[in-house]
Amino acid sequence: MVLQISEERNKEKEKQKKEIGKAYGKYAKQFTPRPKYFSNCVKAFISGGLICMAALAVQNRLEAMGLSQKDAGSFVTIGLIMIAQLLTGLGVFDVIAKYAGAGVIVPITGFANSMVAPAIEYKKEGPVLGVGSKLFTVAGPVLVCGISAATAVGIIYWFIEKF
Amino acid sequence: MANRKIGTQTVRFENRPYIVGRGNIGGKKEGEGPLSDSFDQILDDDMFGEKSWEKAECKMLEAAMDKAMKRAQLEKDNIDIMLCGDLINQIMTSSFTARDMHIPFLGLYGACSTMTESLVIGSMLVDGGFARSILAGASSHFCTAERQFRMPVEHGNQRPTSAQWTATAAGAVVVSEWPCGITEGMPVVRATEATVGKVIDAGIRDANQMGAAMAPSAVDTLLNHLQDTRRDIDYYDLVVTGDLGYIGKDIMADLLADAGLDKKKIFSHYDDCGTMLYSREQDVHGGGSGCGCSASVFAGKILKDMEQGKYRRVLLMSTGALLSTISPLQGESIPGIAHAIALEVE
Repeated sequence: MVLQISEERNKEKEKQKKEIGKAYGKYAKQFTPRPKYFSNCVKAFISGGLICMAALAVQNRLEAMGLSQKDAGSFVTIGLIMIAQLLTGLGVFDVIAKYAGAGVIVPITGFANSMVAPAIEYKKEGPVLGVGSKLFTVAGPVLVCGISAATAVGIIYWFIEKF
Repeated sequence: MANRKIGTQTVRFENRPYIVGRGNIGGKKEGEGPLSDSFDQILDDDMFGEKSWEKAECKMLEAAMDKAMKRAQLEKDNIDIMLCGDLINQIMTSSFTARDMHIPFLGLYGACSTMTESLVIGSMLVDGGFARSILAGASSHFCTAERQFRMPVEHGNQRPTSAQWTATAAGAVVVSEWPCGITEGMPVVRATEATVGKVIDAGIRDANQMGAAMAPSAVDTLLNHLQDTRRDIDYYDLVVTGDLGYIGKDIMADLLADAGLDKKKIFSHYDDCGTMLYSREQDVHGGGSGCGCSASVFAGKILKDMEQGKYRRVLLMSTGALLSTISPLQGESIPGIAHAIALEVE
């Protein structure tokens, strides 16, 4: 009986704590400047659009030179990854990303950056337990969740096809 | 026995230990800020000629400590205990610096409140007669903290407006029972009271809202200090928090006004190291943070100003956000802590 009461009290306390936290968070928000959503979106749209336009121009050019659409696409993808990797290594990518935001993070360039950044960072801890184990710290969670979601959607799709 | 204790959380030093030597060092960005003149040394490259960021931070801490001892005209053998801490797991920077310093060492962790924590404990040791001279210091490095708490440095992401910039800086002072290294007749800074803070959790869960997470603890410590010493905020020429940043500073001022302190007095007597270290144009968003923030500003600008007579009484309150790398992921909120030490020029 006593145990039950103290448990209830604990729950009550926990609830109270959460409410205080919520109220204080709201109060603190008044003092926090809001991010510039609109201008950030515009910057991301323009920079992301430019990257994709340039990539498409190269792809068209490669196709005109006689490559198949699939091969040309692969070449362009590899090119984008290479450029992003190089820029990360030179320490420029994070500066660009600060302004371009999702414009460079959403295309494959963001993926390349998220792999190279930890590779550089953890080099000092060795090739296996440093780079090897930390290489996917940023990209890993995205891959796991992405593949899991794709699998779930795939199963649903398979069922719909079947019946 | 506890005859130095006053009020609920404060101690009054009977022998008023002397803050005799100071040394600080800042990174490149810190050197471009408004306090560049107050650094003993500014790095051209944050690697400091070392192979890793961690090694660079150790070298910075050692440089600050060497400078502090030099000013106090003391050798390593004259220092009884070295007290310091940093942000890296298992306080790697401090321990590894102590390895090279060969001084008896007490490692501390109070997140960014470490500078005041080391000063408080150091002054207690000297005041109590347990040590003649001690070294107190703290350090932080943007790159070591960033990779441990957030993302790899080169990762391209946009920082939220409330995110704070971990200072690449270190600061150290010598606390002694004698005014060593100070010419007679020159002003000397002495520690008079110290208030050990409680851990206060206001329930902030966002690791990018450190200022807001720490402000309530700073308010609590300050109010208790003022009550214990029966003083008003204008007793001090400067009350300075460690790294609340722009947001935390505004919250602190608002909460203090709510608690009944005079608004005018708050605005004319209160400041924050995190807002002093960088200018707004340096793109640091919420302001500076890290152990090195209050350590380098205190061991540089503030002590210098005290020596030059700009301030007579200062209350230093370094603030710490006690999160770990796993606690926010487990849904824990971020508790804050703040310690205070009162300093007077004589």
